[in-house]
Amino acid sequence: MAHNLTNSEIERYSRQLIIPDYGIESQNKLKSSSILIIGCGGLGCPSALYLSTAGIGRLGLVDDDTIEISNIHRQIAHDENKIGISKAQNLADRCKALNSLVKYEVHNILFTKTTALNLIEQYPFLFLSIYCTDNVITRYLINDVCVLLGKPLVSGSALKFEGQLTVYNYLNGPCYRCLYPTAPPAHAVSNCSDAGILGPIVGMIGSLQALEAIKVVAEIGTCLNGRMMIFDGFDFLTRIIKLRPRQIETCLMCKSVLSRENLTKKDREEILENFDYIEFCGVSNYNDKSINISILSDKKRINCSDYKNFTESHLLIDVRPKCQFNICSLPNSLNIPFDDFVYNEEKVVENIRDKLGNEKSIFLVCRRGNDSQLAVEILEKHFNDKEIKDLIGGLQTWSKEIEPDFPKY
Amino acid sequence: MLHLTIEFSGGAELLFGNVKKHQVELNNDTKWTIRELLVWIKDNLLKHKPEMFLQDETIRPGILILVNDSDWDLLGNLSYELNDNDNVTFISTLHGG
Repeated sequence: MAHNLTNSEIERYSRQLIIPDYGIESQNKLKSSSILIIGCGGLGCPSALYLSTAGIGRLGLVDDDTIEISNIHRQIAHDENKIGISKAQNLADRCKALNSLVKYEVHNILFTKTTALNLIEQYPFLFLSIYCTDNVITRYLINDVCVLLGKPLVSGSALKFEGQLTVYNYLNGPCYRCLYPTAPPAHAVSNCSDAGILGPIVGMIGSLQALEAIKVVAEIGTCLNGRMMIFDGFDFLTRIIKLRPRQIETCLMCKSVLSRENLTKKDREEILENFDYIEFCGVSNYNDKSINISILSDKKRINCSDYKNFTESHLLIDVRPKCQFNICSLPNSLNIPFDDFVYNEEKVVENIRDKLGNEKSIFLVCRRGNDSQLAVEILEKHFNDKEIKDLIGGLQTWSKEIEPDFPKY
Repeated sequence: MLHLTIEFSGGAELLFGNVKKHQVELNNDTKWTIRELLVWIKDNLLKHKPEMFLQDETIRPGILILVNDSDWDLLGNLSYELNDNDNVTFISTLHGG
């Protein structure tokens, strides 16, 4: 059959070309296709590496973040020598070293309404993998743009030992919004930097995203549209679940696309413009990484250097989960995880009363200084004769300002 | 008795003492739909934070319900009538990556 591969490409891709169900036809389609990867982290790295080596024609890489040492255990394209470098640029460089025939495009941008439509429009196929933020808003936004432009979306996500994988907005399968018409409450969403993630989990989900993207582009096999893979690596359980079809009656985006013929660029812009993502997701901005809250008045808080100089006897309570307390803690701190404050308030109060003795002050510390404030509010109800304060900015600030040798995580 | 396997994953298990799989037996004098099951779970299995499980008498946004590995939306949603040995799974959607 007619194809546009050179002899060197035939040699390079020979091991996939000789698979009867793949063949030169699939390679041809791959070569003339383009894919955009949104997020160049744990999922984006393996997927980009595999799509690049497989011979996709053009690969767009989006991320506004830079490489940190705590990324490297899972974001396998990034290395120790590239701390502080753009993730998108570094991933493109790594891919280029593997396959220089691919055209790479680096987008060091944050995904917002304005950037999303223009960018996704340039890529015939789309392939999603969000980097580690609890970024529900970006997920809805990318989904909606894909629906408006009629592009399939290969979606992966992972946390701790678990992963989920599906293809949205493809054939008769649902889009993300069909499945989740209402955004989860913002406080119910956790991200990798708070909840943790194991490298092989994102490695596997990211690799499978590349597989699904190849199949969508080559139009071969059976994709995960209308189905979702749920992987629990802790107990090694995999299940493939059957999803509802596209919700043309109730899904806000699918409905607005199907109710009108030939959407123009202006129509799409209008639909996006009229939707308030920030309100819908109940978040404060598009780059919703770990949020630092401030709920206590200043007099109920103490900053790290004042705490360092505080010499009177007091009780220091560390409210982080036990597994974090085991990593590192301040001397003489008592670990009472914040969950216990919420679920076993009486027991916690009893425990503190036992430990308290004659101390007049109770200080509360956590990782970033959020839960410690909430714990102050709980304890105030029970110990109104004590001085109760939280350590502003938590152990992260302590490590930054007071004790550089204190572990950072 | 109506025998059900109830599973939680994607973080939903945290609301249930971190136990992912529960075998339960329900008295089947009356019919059980998902609607009744949700209330039963809230009263009998849920350890805390009911608002993280139920909202407005249905499942809270971000948790997908599966019956025997099928989206509950394909089966009639809250009105699906449970059968003996059904597996009902609650999956919290993940966002990390």
